[in-house]
Amino acid sequence: MLSLLLLPRVAAAETPEEKGLAIAQEADRRDTGFSDFTADMLMVLRNKPGQESTRKIRIRMLEVEGDGDKSLTIFDTPRDVKGTAFLNFTHKVGDDDQWLYLPALKRVKRISSRNKSGSFMGSEFAYEDISSQEVEKYTYKWIRDEVYEGKQCFVIERYPVDKKKSGYTRQVSWIGKSEYREWKVDYYDRKKSRLKTLTVKGYQKYLDKYWRADEMNMVNRQTGKSTRLVWSNYKFRTGLTDRDFDKNSLRRVR
Amino acid sequence: MRTTIFLLLAVGLMNAAAATTSELSGYVAAEGSVFFNSPLSPEQERHSASLALQPEFYHEWENGSGFLVVPFARLDSADPERTHFDVRELNYLWLADRWELRVGVGKVFWGTTEFVHLVDIVNQTDLVEDIDEEDKLGQPMVHLSIPRDWGIVDMFILPYFRERTFPGRKGRLRFPLVVDTDNAKYESAAEEHRLDFAIRYSHSIGDWDIGIYHFNGTGREPTLLPDSDENGEPVLIPLYEQINQTGVDLQLVAGQWLWKLEALYRTGQADDFFAAVGGFEYTLVGVAGTAMDLGIVAEWAYDDRGDEATTPYENDAMFGFRLTLNDPASSQILAGLMQDMHSSARAISIEASHRIGSNWKATLEAWAFLDAPEDDLFYSFRDDDFVRLGLAYYF
Repeated sequence: MLSLLLLPRVAAAETPEEKGLAIAQEADRRDTGFSDFTADMLMVLRNKPGQESTRKIRIRMLEVEGDGDKSLTIFDTPRDVKGTAFLNFTHKVGDDDQWLYLPALKRVKRISSRNKSGSFMGSEFAYEDISSQEVEKYTYKWIRDEVYEGKQCFVIERYPVDKKKSGYTRQVSWIGKSEYREWKVDYYDRKKSRLKTLTVKGYQKYLDKYWRADEMNMVNRQTGKSTRLVWSNYKFRTGLTDRDFDKNSLRRVR
Repeated sequence: MRTTIFLLLAVGLMNAAAATTSELSGYVAAEGSVFFNSPLSPEQERHSASLALQPEFYHEWENGSGFLVVPFARLDSADPERTHFDVRELNYLWLADRWELRVGVGKVFWGTTEFVHLVDIVNQTDLVEDIDEEDKLGQPMVHLSIPRDWGIVDMFILPYFRERTFPGRKGRLRFPLVVDTDNAKYESAAEEHRLDFAIRYSHSIGDWDIGIYHFNGTGREPTLLPDSDENGEPVLIPLYEQINQTGVDLQLVAGQWLWKLEALYRTGQADDFFAAVGGFEYTLVGVAGTAMDLGIVAEWAYDDRGDEATTPYENDAMFGFRLTLNDPASSQILAGLMQDMHSSARAISIEASHRIGSNWKATLEAWAFLDAPEDDLFYSFRDDDFVRLGLAYYF
């Protein structure tokens, strides 16, 4: 009875911050429970004159209950970096743990996760863009509702909790109202000017619940360079375990 | 003989199990080394050109077990000792739920620091490849790895010892006396057939990566004894002693700082001694408003044996810069300065690489050896400043 009375009052008193957080939590809740997935990714780097170079990458992701996800990123091309692997343990609070495997030396190298604003393998994606997006890493604010490319969207702003380490002061995100899929993100740099824009295309539904995009395009507004990620071969619940994400797994990567 | 058995075993298993993945990759590389000064000995060739090939064949089964072969061959225009063949890897991996076993010729790396690889002991250094000691010979081994929540235990049985390679008479970057690798001596009567053992525990705890090991067996670093060869020519004879070595490697992530330490205690080679190398790596992301990253490395190496040390790093400070351009060509430049704390001796090194297209890579390596006094190991290299340019095709 008490809760029934309280509910409308909370909703009525919802601030833009609370609404923003609620949207982020709902998006996160809808993507919970996938356990693990593997996918192939083609990374296409494009410079201002339009010259392209490509990287073939494999991704393995493990959902971790109560903490951030674990991911393993394996490079197949260019051939000179074949077998290079990047292991990331995302944490809801505090720095991520990251290791890089250098196959020529058989060396597993711990890397500093404070480099999160650094370029991921020469692309327009920073480490912080590709690591798993935990709700706790940002504070939120709902800005407005807007139609984006014919889709009813919430427009929310995200502010990094760890302001010193992030390369951004804020991110503006367009999230579809029907399925809570993210269609577009504007990234603002430390000088508060727009740095990059991410657009997402071709969402497909897996296991009748989890939406994954076929294509993501990150355009750097300041340099004119861009990076396109073309995803394929998504497989969910493949039976990956913690063993597939320990330091030995880096040495086994092919 | 042993490797033949492994090969037959692996091929047999290959036929028995349903194949999932097979692949062939590798590289072929050409390089030219240009030396700025005439060699100290008239026997030495001034410049050299060289060709290397390292294919890699891998086969993996559905259950994650796999078979790997990595042969390596180099042809060198100047030094017949640098013209060599090696099986870098040839092993079978059994992957079980609670352990993994690698049998055959393998390669492992232990350590954290950048300039000196002090505690890395399992694989012998292929010194003719490069003076940075990062090239290693394949090591026959039975390697059992047990990963647990509380860390990883690695156990090694090493049934055959590999001798270190040294430049020959015609090669550069060598001592005034040639190391006679055909007449190596051993403390153990079993010579290279003595069974060596190693056990290592490693774990990541929060911001720390730790490793500790013990090695019992034939020391990888020989003591070089002045002697004469069958023709009565003065040479250095490598003596491989039986040693016990305990080593630790530590790394701590603290913000943009990586703190590193490697230390060892060795008994059995002359007097017992302690050696360590430690320092930090600090990374600046997006320097000067660009996409470039700049890493700053500073390390200090110490060896109890002082001038008696079998390495050039008895008390040396090292500084380096690593500039990563983050361009599509993955361009990278690494510059280093090594300074002896007790003398004027110092060395400068530069390494750079740049991808061309998607399969080619150009490399540059340069070394300068400056002001080494006569009692320094680098004194032998005083006229060996060089630039090495390489072009490799990866397939």
